[in-house]
Amino acid sequence: MATDSSQDLSAAIAGTRLGLGARPGELSRIGRGPVEWALDQIEAGSEQPQPFGSAGALPGSHDRIAAFAKYQTLRRAAQQPGAGPSSEEAYKEQRRVILRGAEREYVARARLGATTERGFAERWVLFWANWFTVAGVKQDTVGLTGPFEREAIRPHVFGPFEDLLMAAERHPGMLIYLDQVRSAGPNSEAARLRASGLNENLAREAMELHTVGVDGGYTQADVTELARALTGWSATGQGTAAVGDASGFVFRPILHEPGARTVMGRRYPEGGVDQASAILRDLARHPSTGRHVARRVAAHFVADTPPSTLIDRLETAFNTSQGDLKTVARVLVESPEIWDPAPKKVKSPYEFIVSAYRAAGAQPGRTRQFAGIMTALGQQPFRAPSPEGWPDDGPSWASPDGLVRRLGFAQDFAGEQMPAQPPAERADEVLGARLGAVSRTAVQRAESRQEAFAVLLMSPEFQRR
Amino acid sequence: MIDLPSLTRRSWLFGAAGVTVAFAACSSRAKEAPTGRPKMVVIIARGAMDGLSVLVPYADANYRALRGDLALPNPNEEGGVLRLDGDFGLHPSLSQLHAMHRAGEVRFAPAAAIPVRVRSHFEAQDVLESGEGGSYEGGDGWLNRALAASGGERALAVGAQTPLILKGTAPVGGWSPGRESDVDRLATIVQDLYAHDALLGPALAAGIRSETQADVVTEGLVIRRNDYSSIGAAVARFMKLPEGPDFVALSLDGYDTHARQAGLLANRLKIQDGVLGGLKTGLGDDWRSTVVVVATEFGRTARINGTFGTDHGTASSLIVAGGALKPGGLIGDWPTLAENQLFEGRDLAPTIDVRSVFKGVLRDHMGVDRAALDAKVFPNSADAPTTEGLV
Repeated sequence: MATDSSQDLSAAIAGTRLGLGARPGELSRIGRGPVEWALDQIEAGSEQPQPFGSAGALPGSHDRIAAFAKYQTLRRAAQQPGAGPSSEEAYKEQRRVILRGAEREYVARARLGATTERGFAERWVLFWANWFTVAGVKQDTVGLTGPFEREAIRPHVFGPFEDLLMAAERHPGMLIYLDQVRSAGPNSEAARLRASGLNENLAREAMELHTVGVDGGYTQADVTELARALTGWSATGQGTAAVGDASGFVFRPILHEPGARTVMGRRYPEGGVDQASAILRDLARHPSTGRHVARRVAAHFVADTPPSTLIDRLETAFNTSQGDLKTVARVLVESPEIWDPAPKKVKSPYEFIVSAYRAAGAQPGRTRQFAGIMTALGQQPFRAPSPEGWPDDGPSWASPDGLVRRLGFAQDFAGEQMPAQPPAERADEVLGARLGAVSRTAVQRAESRQEAFAVLLMSPEFQRR
Repeated sequence: MIDLPSLTRRSWLFGAAGVTVAFAACSSRAKEAPTGRPKMVVIIARGAMDGLSVLVPYADANYRALRGDLALPNPNEEGGVLRLDGDFGLHPSLSQLHAMHRAGEVRFAPAAAIPVRVRSHFEAQDVLESGEGGSYEGGDGWLNRALAASGGERALAVGAQTPLILKGTAPVGGWSPGRESDVDRLATIVQDLYAHDALLGPALAAGIRSETQADVVTEGLVIRRNDYSSIGAAVARFMKLPEGPDFVALSLDGYDTHARQAGLLANRLKIQDGVLGGLKTGLGDDWRSTVVVVATEFGRTARINGTFGTDHGTASSLIVAGGALKPGGLIGDWPTLAENQLFEGRDLAPTIDVRSVFKGVLRDHMGVDRAALDAKVFPNSADAPTTEGLV
């Protein structure tokens, strides 16, 4: 099979770095045009495959919010004096329903990751989902993390950044996670009734993590002003019977701080729900946001310390296109830096497992087992440790214990999933021209198929992208 | 490898409890015995621990007005603080810490802070762990540099990630409970593949080395989920090995109590108390040569907020505990909660730099050379004089 070896290398890079790892046979398909492979996915915009549940469509935010409300009702009933053991069992069962629902969401997403032909688009979604982290660390957010990704993130990742920002900050998952739903302005009607006070969490993270970044040039006073503008941004089921929009966003005037606000030197007249929207859109367009996005996109896709040429190019793309993420994605895949053969990024546990399933030509089956494995590898599903999301650098994931755990996973996974195909051939299909001679020999010389496949998964080439 | 009959196959979910432990590594298995070597444990409370609810100034004239429904009751009232003296009490969850205080084994810095004023958790934790005087640019932590400066080789990380405080050039091993697969052969093959890999090679080697140590530690010890004293006991066992760690770092999460603080914090402090108690009990005689420091990245607002919680503040309480401590009073002044004493009119004002206390323990207890302390371990710390007389 005479092929152009640099084309082989580009195909391998496309499959393993731009995508989520190659499935058997995939690299030869990508090889017909690696850059086009990525560009086609970008052009498809919001027409992308969606996570699928094994039992039909996945429930949306309204359903999850209702499930949580039911849980609260049952729990209160169980705490009444004279409540029997059956009411205790009822609320615990409802809690299990909620947790199982969250697990199913996660596996659905992992199944998509394991089977998609559009690996770059999916990686791009995962990046933005982490940018706007909503973690299931509280009982009321655990069921909302999945719907948040599907409703707020996925539809907008190839559109204008400010639309993505607005969708994310308005979603009940985000509003509940960052304690926005009951935040009340000091001069609001709710404050006069002494029902609630101001919470600055969402305002701070919106500036620090979601837009201009920690060096973006804002002050504590700006955070407080944005927090005041955001008061009233709430959700269905959070102290109101109003149903809200498709995702459950409800504006509650009783919480809203009246008056004009000044953020980063600009004045925003009173405007109810639109006041904070106007501020967020300006933040989205701020040059610091372009820089922030550029830095982190470059760091995620190319190297922990990315080349400044790439950062500059991405920043320009963002700022000159008014934050059009399709443009930024195009510029990224057409940048020479992303085609550098040297592997630099260590896979996160999620990336490792998904790429392992892809290498096996399989997909995750049993839900509980998957969640348990992810937790054991240090990346508990939908539970990033903070709004900053999961870390993205090599040392965070290539820790002594992390690697030993990957060894155990590789061994067990290979036992269950090892392909019938001769291991060295499978290694060629999955890593292509990025597979080194030493690793290939080790795979060939293994004493069993299981060992061979495990060695492939633990090879330095497979541990990185 | 030794069988681990007491560990279940199911992975141990740290997530909800938010506990990760990082140690300094050992190299061979050996029996337990009191070692007499000085040891230091740093517990990082992540999320900005509310110092005013840990070391409670129950008698301060402004405490109750500022804290409203969050104010803890006086000693001897129902749910009241555990009395330390006429001014301060401990949160009711901290019963084992209280007992240690009675034994003269605990001191507090009531208003300690990192040297820079930032309100971002991530930035502040980086400053706390890196030991830099300003915004963090380095990639390593002060405990790792102290390890290097003391000429020791003993570092181990339990849990899936090494925290910044122990990142650096000095090697840090890794371990956590929950594994059973026999991966000896695979491990050997993979280690060969990583022979020239500067990141993966040392990390995997360190992880495998500490597997061996772990066998000794966990034999006969049942580590149950949510049983924090058993976590403390496991850490203690590592420390008692003749080649066990001298430097330990442990993270506790869940302190960011912006809403409904009362219940959430009571739980977190119960966990902290369990870990401390388990450590003391587990160390036995070695408690006498141990110092434990509990630090957080910043404190919380003096005033209760609108959602029955508190927001990001500045100073918090720093706890120093251990059998090696010399008895003494407060470390640094208590600025009070008077309006004109609050930092920016909203936070407890800092009266001591956390680095001063860290330096005091490192110099006088761990024997780190004073020149190295100021040049390498805590560069640019001239404005944080070493706290005297802790040990």
